[in-house]
Amino acid sequence: MPMLEIKNLSVEVDGRKILDGLTLAVNAGEVQAIMGPNGSGKSTLAYVLAGKADYAVTQGEVRFDGEDMLAMEPDERAAKGLFLAFQYPLEIPGVATMTFLRTALNAQRRKRGEAELSTPEFMKRVREAAGKLGIEQEMLRRGVNVGFSGGEKKRNEILQMALLEPRLAVLDETDSGLDIDALRIVADGVNRLRSPQRAMVVITHYQRLLNYIVPDVVHVLSKGRIVKTGGKELALELEARGYAQFQEEAA
Amino acid sequence: MSADVRPIRTAAEQALAEAFAARAAARAGDPLASRREAAFRRFAAEGLPHRRVEDWKYTDLRALMREAKPLAGPPDAAGIARAKNAGAALRGVKARRIVLVDGALVPELSDLAALEPGVTIASMAQALAAGDKEVVGLVGTVAPSDDVAAALNTAFMGDGVVLRLADGVALTRPIHLVFAYTARAAAAVFARSLIVIGNGARATLIESHEGPDDLDYQVNNALELTIGDDAKVDHIKIGTEGSRALHISTLMAALGARGELNDLSFTTGGAVVRNQLYLRYAGEGAAATISGASLIKGRQHVDTTMVVDHAVRGGTSRELFKSVLDGESHAVFQGKIIVRPGAQRTDARMMTRALLLSEAAEADNKPELEIFADDVQCGHGATAGALDRDLLFYLKARGIPAHEAEALLIQAFVGEALETIANDDLRGALAEAAATWLEARG
Repeated sequence: MPMLEIKNLSVEVDGRKILDGLTLAVNAGEVQAIMGPNGSGKSTLAYVLAGKADYAVTQGEVRFDGEDMLAMEPDERAAKGLFLAFQYPLEIPGVATMTFLRTALNAQRRKRGEAELSTPEFMKRVREAAGKLGIEQEMLRRGVNVGFSGGEKKRNEILQMALLEPRLAVLDETDSGLDIDALRIVADGVNRLRSPQRAMVVITHYQRLLNYIVPDVVHVLSKGRIVKTGGKELALELEARGYAQFQEEAA
Repeated sequence: MSADVRPIRTAAEQALAEAFAARAAARAGDPLASRREAAFRRFAAEGLPHRRVEDWKYTDLRALMREAKPLAGPPDAAGIARAKNAGAALRGVKARRIVLVDGALVPELSDLAALEPGVTIASMAQALAAGDKEVVGLVGTVAPSDDVAAALNTAFMGDGVVLRLADGVALTRPIHLVFAYTARAAAAVFARSLIVIGNGARATLIESHEGPDDLDYQVNNALELTIGDDAKVDHIKIGTEGSRALHISTLMAALGARGELNDLSFTTGGAVVRNQLYLRYAGEGAAATISGASLIKGRQHVDTTMVVDHAVRGGTSRELFKSVLDGESHAVFQGKIIVRPGAQRTDARMMTRALLLSEAAEADNKPELEIFADDVQCGHGATAGALDRDLLFYLKARGIPAHEAEALLIQAFVGEALETIANDDLRGALAEAAATWLEARG
């Protein structure tokens, strides 16, 4: 059984069809990339998986470990092991990153029937994970993402991912707005989390990120459905030839 | 009475007039008798303030105060015993506790031993009875206001605290004035306190107000606070009155040259609450930060009305008020900044933010700037809105359940105001009180 199974999924936003019969299966241990031009439905897919409101599923289903994921609240999905790295991480003034991380981690642990982490154990884990991502302790005391640069925000997303240890990570344009050094730090962070038990869906517009996070499978999304699936070489082909050919095929 | 006196109309106004007349004998020999009579005439001329009185536009006291409760008597032994644990939520602050029960200072509950050198604490009633010249001279003069509610306090006030800090006294231990209502029947309490902070002195003053939920008691409390040159005062008022209480509080403060006032009011209790503040800049180069945080629900009504009077040069004022409103509650903010002729280089900023957790809640906001000097910087802003849905989603996507996510965002919202409190224990206690409010919200 695939870890994530999306069958014939159609989604509307404000009455406009964004996803149109999308089908996708992701197995444990795999990294699958979804590439597509602007407006192809990439971010909608990410948000629907995470459970954002305002997206009307008109058809199809999404199963996570065989369970109906669309019936779950966003926090339930997270506790089951889903993580969405946001394209635009939000700023939360007044909520220190440390508080945010601990609240999230402990909420997930409670939901799974696990004991909350002791403060020293939590601190140790945060320090280790932050150190690997080059995140200063001082930043952790500030409000979540407040005053962070674009690159710092993306690193903070990966820090959250490292601490929450999801089984299924969806990375929504994690490369956008990153310079090459930041991209490498973020990609290293993601690669450290690759494991046979964990699956990743990497959503991106550009092939560049896939030089660092090498996918097992690459899909092309156009007009709300997968129009081509191939190996990692498909990304290079897209880089060379653009999306136009696939948009025509889908039309 | 003169011809322009308006006839007494409501039952409450009538009862107040009778109560004042009944106390005529008690005023014999009272050094404030003529001030009390003038204050009462002010009330008699205007009646209880109502919605056509601009300063009371959103808090129609005449309609809200159907009756005037009888004046509270001195607390009996049982009442005093019931106040033993008053203010316990702030135990962690380890402040010097001064306890007032039904408006009367109760020495046996108060920590009056081993006062720091240069500190005196006395009962207002005793100071007046003894004809204390400084007290008599100051009452009603620190930051005079013609407000009718403040006038009623002057007319009726019985006891309160007189606290004096000599020049240069820097208190490390906060002083906590604990106002507890413990009478078994609903009554009216008029307490008046005077705090004199000498030049260069420093203090943290906490005031807390509490009472039972089952009585519609009435509190009209006033505090005059004079802050000397180069002195620094943190004043934190915690309003946790019972859920049926009417609470009116007037702070009249004067700031000496280069003096600093950090004022915060934190309100969760009371049916109708009016926090008034009159701040006068008496010396140049003084600075005040005035903040507020209210968390209210049901049909609670909390009105903050203040007048910040930049009478002299170089004053700075910063106001930040945060209201969290659930149910059908109503928050009012009226802030007037006056910059008098000659008060050049005044820098005054005012910001109010309301967080509406329910469709039925209401926040009214009325900033006013009266500027009569040039070379000044003044500004105000206001926002009102619901919790940010995108932020809630972000938190939920990290596994935080909806209710906890809301609580986290509300605490962060209130936290910005609480940040202004320098004392860590006190800030922590208020953050805890906000968390408790959120838990009770269910």
